[in-house]
Amino acid sequence: MNSFWIILFHTYLNKLKTKSFLVTTLLTIVIVLAITNINNIIDLFDKNGGKERVIVIDQSGQLYEPYKQQVKSVNKEIQLTFFKGSEEQAETLVKKGEYAGVIQLSVNEQKLPEAIYKAKSIADSSLYTDLQTGLQQFKTTLAASQINLAPDQLQKLYAPASFKKIALEKNAKTEEELNQARGLVYVLLFVIYFAVIMYANMIAMEVATEKSSRVMEILISSVSPIKQMFAKIVGIGLLSLTQLAAFLLVGYYSFTRNMESIKEGFFGVYGFGGIPAGTIVYAVIFFILGYFLYATLAAFLGSLVSRIEDVQQMITPMTLLVVAGFMIAMFGLGKPDAPFITATSYIPFFTPMIMFLRVGMLTLPAWEAILGIIILVVTISILAIFGARVYRGGVLMYGKSNSYKDIKKALQLTKKE
Amino acid sequence: MCDLVLKLEHVTKKFGPFKAVNDLSITIPEKEMFGFLGANGAGKTTTFRMILGLLDSSAGRITWDDQPIDYSTSHLVGYLPEERGLYPKLKVRDQIVYLARLRGMQKTEALIELKSWLERFKILEYENKKVEELSKGNQQKIQFIAAVVHKPKLLILDEPFSGLDPINVEMLKEAVLTLKENGATIVFSSHRMEHVEEMCEHLCILHKGSPVVSGSLKEIKREFGKKNLVIHADFSLDSLKSFPGVVKSKVTMEGIHLQIEGEDVAGKILKEIVDKGFIRKFALEEPSLNDIFIEKVGNSYE
Repeated sequence: MNSFWIILFHTYLNKLKTKSFLVTTLLTIVIVLAITNINNIIDLFDKNGGKERVIVIDQSGQLYEPYKQQVKSVNKEIQLTFFKGSEEQAETLVKKGEYAGVIQLSVNEQKLPEAIYKAKSIADSSLYTDLQTGLQQFKTTLAASQINLAPDQLQKLYAPASFKKIALEKNAKTEEELNQARGLVYVLLFVIYFAVIMYANMIAMEVATEKSSRVMEILISSVSPIKQMFAKIVGIGLLSLTQLAAFLLVGYYSFTRNMESIKEGFFGVYGFGGIPAGTIVYAVIFFILGYFLYATLAAFLGSLVSRIEDVQQMITPMTLLVVAGFMIAMFGLGKPDAPFITATSYIPFFTPMIMFLRVGMLTLPAWEAILGIIILVVTISILAIFGARVYRGGVLMYGKSNSYKDIKKALQLTKKE
Repeated sequence: MCDLVLKLEHVTKKFGPFKAVNDLSITIPEKEMFGFLGANGAGKTTTFRMILGLLDSSAGRITWDDQPIDYSTSHLVGYLPEERGLYPKLKVRDQIVYLARLRGMQKTEALIELKSWLERFKILEYENKKVEELSKGNQQKIQFIAAVVHKPKLLILDEPFSGLDPINVEMLKEAVLTLKENGATIVFSSHRMEHVEEMCEHLCILHKGSPVVSGSLKEIKREFGKKNLVIHADFSLDSLKSFPGVVKSKVTMEGIHLQIEGEDVAGKILKEIVDKGFIRKFALEEPSLNDIFIEKVGNSYE
């Protein structure tokens, strides 16, 4: 077997078997499961099956029924009970925990309803907000009838004005598509961001470990540094794909099982219904290119340090670059066609995230995406050639200092003069 | 001439303005043991790294079998670096198999070879232990196995015996000699003269990057010319210190050690002292490599 593959699988299998990797993967899978099952979990903790029971004290006796109708239209889960006893009795029931709260309805001088709400604590804002909304609506109808406004007139007053958004550009994304794309791009940006930081770190650590344990000298006398570097990068890349595949499979399985309940929540806003295939393809391309870009950078930075403790310090500037790219991308989610976003999407270190954002959110001519890919490929090639030379010298260098001056020194080592 | 000759022709390596190796020319025949001597920083490791192709030489040519050494020949070359290094978290077995496979060996073959080496070094029980759990001496044995497990034709050993106890040094020496008998060309460096003197036919003394002495051991000694004369006698020998032809002298408890210019000086000295009293020992000895080293390297210090 070719030595490239031997190193690749050695790196892959060894990392795969480490406890830290298994633990991280399992933990993340648990988190993925938790997120996709969030509705079930919330239900699990709701003792009353999600129903909130509230006592209504209504001295006039006329407010209860219409108010109940209004509250029902706001939230079906709130169960109102008419209470005939005294205020104190009601309060003890609430204190005992049998009811969530007590609401006292009355009419003021203007013959409009008002209420006093009492509960053990007023931390559950969703409950009293719903109650308040119900009362507000009730008051509006009452007030309307006082000034002789017919119900259909009232409806006219409150009907929202129609506001349609239409993009003039051909093939431009519709409102709905844009929301969909935003959700998808948002998630994928996160994936790219975390993967690049995590795996680039892993590569830098791997190289630095080999160097600090001095096994490097034997390795580079057996296999060329370039081969080694890329075998390692691809090996860790394979590892990252394995991990992501595990997350995606678990996530997708759990997601489709809970499809119905999730649709109403967060995912409903950022619909995932029809995911455009093109976006996924671009996501994969930019993920892989972004990974290679930062992995190559990390590998040669890792080759410059002599001690593992110095790795973090060495790759901090690289991490900051990734963070900066991510921040710009987050800004771009709301304004993907800003000139600033367009410009940064052509800066190699930002391209993987920002060009992907633009491809996902806007309707770009194909050449722009392809240009982004070409920029990335060229940058990766330059980094690889340069990095391999630094790597070759860097792995032979052992010293206290670990600054960027070392790059120059490492290059000098590989030169003939 | 043999087929597999390792040739260094006018090899120079500069690091910026600093010359680490200066105009080094050596020929190492096949199945030979070649010793590199030199003080710390003399350029031994740099020379090895150039032979292995880890560093490019600034000038000159290094060939083996008239071919440059590169990664296509890596399965024929074994290397024991001066700074020992293995994966601390990896088991001995996985480690050796991995390194052997990188040198183009099959896994099963590597396992058989590893077993026989472990047996030879009497550390068979460490096969499934992690390297970080082993003692330093045993780690060094594993390192040695890593360098030779793929049966290299050219073996480069950088300070192979440093940091070992005498029993392990003997064990390793024996192993190196067996490898040589099996037809490997071995280049090794040391600052222990006696190891080189004992094992090498040819050697080279490096000093500040320049070869000071180079050639076969016998020839070097003959060319050096000077001999050692050990005299033990019951009377004072101090007067011999200024005897013509005496280069160096050292008074010991029992007599005197002299370094003389040639055999004829010994005769004159004998004539001089024979009447003075009882002589218990009068021995003319070949100069040791140590003497040559100190003279050659020491001279350029001055």
